[in-house]
Amino acid sequence: MSSAAPVPTGPPTTTRWRGGLGAFLATAKVPLGAVVLAFAFGSVLIWLSSLVTNHQLDLTLPLKAYGAMLEGAGITLDPAAAVNGLVNTLVQSGPLVLGGLAVGVGFKAGLFNIGAQGQFLMGAVAGAGTGAAVASWPGPIAILAALVAGALAGGAWGFIPGILKARTGAHEVVTTIMLNTIAATFIGYLVSGPLLAPGFSFDRTGDIGNAALPILFGTRNLHLGVFVAFAAVPLIWWLLWRSTLGFEIRTVGANPDAARYAGMRPGLITVFTMSLCGLLAGLAGAIEIIGITHFVNASYGTSVGFDSITVALLGQAHPVGIMLAALLFGGMRAGSGLMQIRTQIPVEIVDILQAVVLLFIAADVIVRRVFRIRRAGPKVDEIETVSRSYGAGTTL
Amino acid sequence: MTDPAPALEMRGITKRYPGVLANDGIDLDLRHGEIHALLGENGAGKSTLMNILYGLAVPDSGDILLDGEPVTIKGPADAIARGISMVHQHFMLVPVLTVAENILLGEETMANAVFLDRAEAHRRIVELGRRFGFEIDPEAKVGSLSVGWQQRVEILKALYREARILVLDEPTAVLTPQETTEIFDVLRRLARDGHSIIFISHKLYEVLAIADRITVIRRGRVVGTRLPSQTDEDDLAELMVGREVNLVVDRGESHPAQPELRIEGLSITDDRGRIVVKNLDLEVRAGEILGIAGVAGNGQDELVAAITGLRRPAEGRVLLSDRDITGWGPRELTDAGVGSVPGDRQRYGLVLSFSIEDNLVLTSYYRPPFASGLVRNDEAIEQWAEESIRAYDIRTPAADVMAGTLSGGNQQKVIVAREFSGQPRLLVLDQPTRGLDVGSIEFIHRQAIAKRDAGAAILLVSAELDEVMELSDRIAVMYRGEIVAIRDGRSADREEIGLLMATGGREPLEAVTTTMSVVE
Repeated sequence: MSSAAPVPTGPPTTTRWRGGLGAFLATAKVPLGAVVLAFAFGSVLIWLSSLVTNHQLDLTLPLKAYGAMLEGAGITLDPAAAVNGLVNTLVQSGPLVLGGLAVGVGFKAGLFNIGAQGQFLMGAVAGAGTGAAVASWPGPIAILAALVAGALAGGAWGFIPGILKARTGAHEVVTTIMLNTIAATFIGYLVSGPLLAPGFSFDRTGDIGNAALPILFGTRNLHLGVFVAFAAVPLIWWLLWRSTLGFEIRTVGANPDAARYAGMRPGLITVFTMSLCGLLAGLAGAIEIIGITHFVNASYGTSVGFDSITVALLGQAHPVGIMLAALLFGGMRAGSGLMQIRTQIPVEIVDILQAVVLLFIAADVIVRRVFRIRRAGPKVDEIETVSRSYGAGTTL
Repeated sequence: MTDPAPALEMRGITKRYPGVLANDGIDLDLRHGEIHALLGENGAGKSTLMNILYGLAVPDSGDILLDGEPVTIKGPADAIARGISMVHQHFMLVPVLTVAENILLGEETMANAVFLDRAEAHRRIVELGRRFGFEIDPEAKVGSLSVGWQQRVEILKALYREARILVLDEPTAVLTPQETTEIFDVLRRLARDGHSIIFISHKLYEVLAIADRITVIRRGRVVGTRLPSQTDEDDLAELMVGREVNLVVDRGESHPAQPELRIEGLSITDDRGRIVVKNLDLEVRAGEILGIAGVAGNGQDELVAAITGLRRPAEGRVLLSDRDITGWGPRELTDAGVGSVPGDRQRYGLVLSFSIEDNLVLTSYYRPPFASGLVRNDEAIEQWAEESIRAYDIRTPAADVMAGTLSGGNQQKVIVAREFSGQPRLLVLDQPTRGLDVGSIEFIHRQAIAKRDAGAAILLVSAELDEVMELSDRIAVMYRGEIVAIRDGRSADREEIGLLMATGGREPLEAVTTTMSVVE
């Protein structure tokens, strides 16, 4: 009607996936930039450490180190080493995929699930306990029982902060951190109490027998659980973008007031989403146990839950992004051994690289400045969820 | 008054944003002691021009001259130092601080290196107020002041910084007619005192009443400068929009039928437990528009919240065609045929980071044809979006554009398209055209009247008295949580309604607040 079309300033920002590598790169600019900067930072660190330890500066040392890391992760021309490395990368990535989803789905609902750690641990101990209890059952049933138990235990550990937030407004960041600690000590109690297996020199859960996940392709440790983990990626993608439930989750995350106004129930969605997050992390824990370690001892610990936060942020809370981020971190872990053997650079450099990636993702201004990336239009992104999750609590 | 050089001259200001020529060679001059109105639709380029003046944006080309001297304004601090001040539409005041504290923020008058000189600051504030015709208490908490007085505090803040050029961005948007008149008095005194004022507004009659000159901007260009004596509202509207506009949409005859919405003895408490709507009775019939006039904060928000299912009333009943819908949630109300355009469109009406498509199905995504069971039907959603974009003239390059990148008018059209679709029995329109340009206002008013004629009951709540007067078949005046009068929409007297809004028709007309008074 009005002939003067009010024009928005700036280029129109479309939301639909207009396909292709270009669109992917547009979304992935900042994460990719963060990774590049982190590796650059790592190079400086490697130079410095070689200076301190060997009193000489080998300028090519970072290249050698990263090259060895790539080779160890399976990026090599030697077929046997490639299979070896790729399998290792996949196995390392599995729990990070599920853990990353457990944090990323939360971001979509505006929730900062720091509790993937505790949910993972609960899933692990439930999987170990159930696996030991059903060790003599037929394999498929025993495995299923252990996985379901782990998923439910993790789900319960997510449900608690969910219901607390919906009912009382208790912030999930606070409650999940507390639940992480509770989970860690609760495992100690369970393993030295109700789940204690007799006949070992230390406190641990019993053998899981038939509940162990079958190893595929003979020699390697590629277990079935890895595929379960990667299968979750399309499932979660479908849930978020193709189902009405996912639409509700995303709406509550982007604007809880509008969600309520539109007849959605933010409280219910919060409980559901936190439970789903917990379920994914719990599943990761159970898979890790019945796939690799096969038991839990009293001091069982892992950093998967916290690494998952970095994975989710690096993956921009998108299932595909999370999968790629998990593969990157999994590959770094898989290749770090060879790196240490070849160049004497400790594997802990991987932890530093991860931490620096997280730093650059959080301080994306630096990445944007270095690579001259323009900020897109108004957007609720995952960092915003993180930064607003304290104080400016959403009313449900 | 013959000035050798105007207070401000902007020459050939051009500013290009990616894909948009926001300012295209704009010339504007502001004389000493002049009130110069800047008119234009949303997105015409007024804000860009003012941002350039305030140092928030750098022009691609063009010059700014203050008193004939070319200057480069480096930022807001620089602008303030040069005597340019902005009074924003949304007040930048801290409600828990006092008047004096708010004015001093960022411009502290110090007694020594450590302590504020409160006494001196108070003296200056009171004196400034007196000079421009009002007595202000520097110790009053800003949160306890009416919006009209908060506006004065904003102006004082500018004057305290010795502003010579004041830019007022839609200063009357939140004021009652009486408060507007009072603020106009203040502005005239300021101008007489030698201050120069740029007055931005959408309200044509106000511009005609206050301005010495009027400059109209359309699509980044100055399309005309007029003296109020040589123009009228229709002329200005045509200049603004570029075609003839019906400022007052012909509402035609209404044919009200049976009562559709009945509110009986409704009492509502606010978040702090205070009763803000008291024992309210109201009826809206099918085929009529009932407008609620009232100063913001007299319980309208809570009333709307209770009817649209966002707030549970403490007492009383709400009936929709004899069905008790008291305490129903938004979902049930949507399914029962209640549509609602929320007052805060960006907070409640839209998810700005979602596409237009997703926003168009925000209240119907779960129903066929947009979903079968848990599965979204994207094809149906896209098709429906294309239809809505055409039918409601939503200006966008594509249906999957983020709602947040649309102009205000187009954002509101997305909400209207969503809520007016289907056959709503009741439409609750809360501030449906707040902040929109005349073209969008005309469009939305037409749509509302069309829905009325199709038999919907429409409850209109607006702080804009003109809107209520123009659109309503019946006008209910709300004052302190009660309906104090109902008037026929066609015969209602503007002055009387304004008076009822301000006093509830009970007390003699006096100053709006008791702690302060207007002195002449």
